[in-house]
Amino acid sequence: MITLLNVQKAYGAIPVLKNVNVEIAAGEVVVVCGPSGSGKSTLIKTINALEPIQGGAITVDGKNLGESGTNLPKLRSRVGMVFQQFELFPTMNVIDNVNLGQLKVLKRSKSDATKRSMEVLTKVGLEEYAERFPANLSGGQQQRVAIARSLAMDPICMLFDEPTSALDPEMVNEVLDTMIELAKDGMSMVVVTHEMGFAKSVGTRVIFMDKGEIVEDSDKDEFFQKPKTERAQAFLNVIKHN
Amino acid sequence: MSFDWSFIERNADVLIEGAKFTVSLTIFATICGIVFGTFLALMRLSKSKVASRFATAYVVFFRSVPLVQVLLIFYLFVPLLARLALDQRVAIGAETASYMAFAFFEAAYFAEIIRAGIRSVGPGQLNAALAIGLPKHQAMRYVVLPQAFLNVVPILLTQTIVLFQDVSLVYAIGALDFFGAAQRVVQIEYRPVEVYIFVAVVYFVICFTLSKLVMRLQTNLTKNLNQVGANT
Repeated sequence: MITLLNVQKAYGAIPVLKNVNVEIAAGEVVVVCGPSGSGKSTLIKTINALEPIQGGAITVDGKNLGESGTNLPKLRSRVGMVFQQFELFPTMNVIDNVNLGQLKVLKRSKSDATKRSMEVLTKVGLEEYAERFPANLSGGQQQRVAIARSLAMDPICMLFDEPTSALDPEMVNEVLDTMIELAKDGMSMVVVTHEMGFAKSVGTRVIFMDKGEIVEDSDKDEFFQKPKTERAQAFLNVIKHN
Repeated sequence: MSFDWSFIERNADVLIEGAKFTVSLTIFATICGIVFGTFLALMRLSKSKVASRFATAYVVFFRSVPLVQVLLIFYLFVPLLARLALDQRVAIGAETASYMAFAFFEAAYFAEIIRAGIRSVGPGQLNAALAIGLPKHQAMRYVVLPQAFLNVVPILLTQTIVLFQDVSLVYAIGALDFFGAAQRVVQIEYRPVEVYIFVAVVYFVICFTLSKLVMRLQTNLTKNLNQVGANT
């Protein structure tokens, strides 16, 4: 469903992705972890073409992102993305946030969009907050609205970029629970996170990155029981203390 | 000496006529300034080198030339150019020249304000809008620009007040604004002290009321953007 082939990216002279190869199939829940600066966030932003790449090719749903004829907005609408800082639109209330893409991109009618929005807001447990503005929601609630906003577009896959790392500790679980439920529904997900509990409970596969490279790409159980590389082992040891 | 305010009534017609021109030129120039200024700001920030260079050159030019000069350019040179190009007399008149000059001139200033507003919106907002599949122009229109404008409302207002006062410069090409009308009254009535006090009071009341109104408007517009209560 998503293929990255020899992907290269650099900010100026500093390489951030070196020859990255990944293939993600429908139904997988892939957890991407690694120390900061390892290129995890950049990696998933390239999947949505929010970060341009300098070499290699990325294919989403059979379409090459780099080809000139590719309709990037349309492709992006099929891949949901949840950001570290939530990025709800502060000038719109919750329902308008969730409606916007449906109205402008999917061209749904106002009533169809609102109906779908209420479904996804119910799914994340926030149907009573539809008229609120983002500034009057907690961080955890905002992130759940952000998840609903992506879900409303009926994506084939969801990307999460450190969805819980900007949250106060007591709000992490409500967001993780929402994500776990999504995974159990069979949604394909690529999740950049340090939450190893999430990886253990619903992850199917773990990618460990360091210095712009994929160091390990293994099944979940294999990764946690006997990681192949010392770097991953060292990383897991550090994480365990938290 | 004692003040005599009876000139106001005797010259109400010319004062009102001047005031009407001042107000309509201010409104026209503000609207054109914001509309053209938004396009110029978007061009300056766009990836297209041609667009961004054109917009930069435009802004630099109009900000380097005094407004009086711009008025003269439109009043004198536009008809001249038209005659060279079309080989016929085209007189655009002082009022039309004022409207054109102010629209072009103010666009440069408003463009810079709006550009600052756009830059004040974090890149994450644009990315989030693109990520749900909006094309760039819709992402700007529905997500980035509304926030950009809200962030610069006080500066837009300041620019409008400056522009409102700058309208008095149209005397240079012989158009009649409120200040020009007052000067005419001075010549008829020989009462400069009273007339200029009257003018100052009118300008003050209008600017003061306008700024109060806009501040209230901004409070209303941004009330949803600010947190109520302390639930982070």
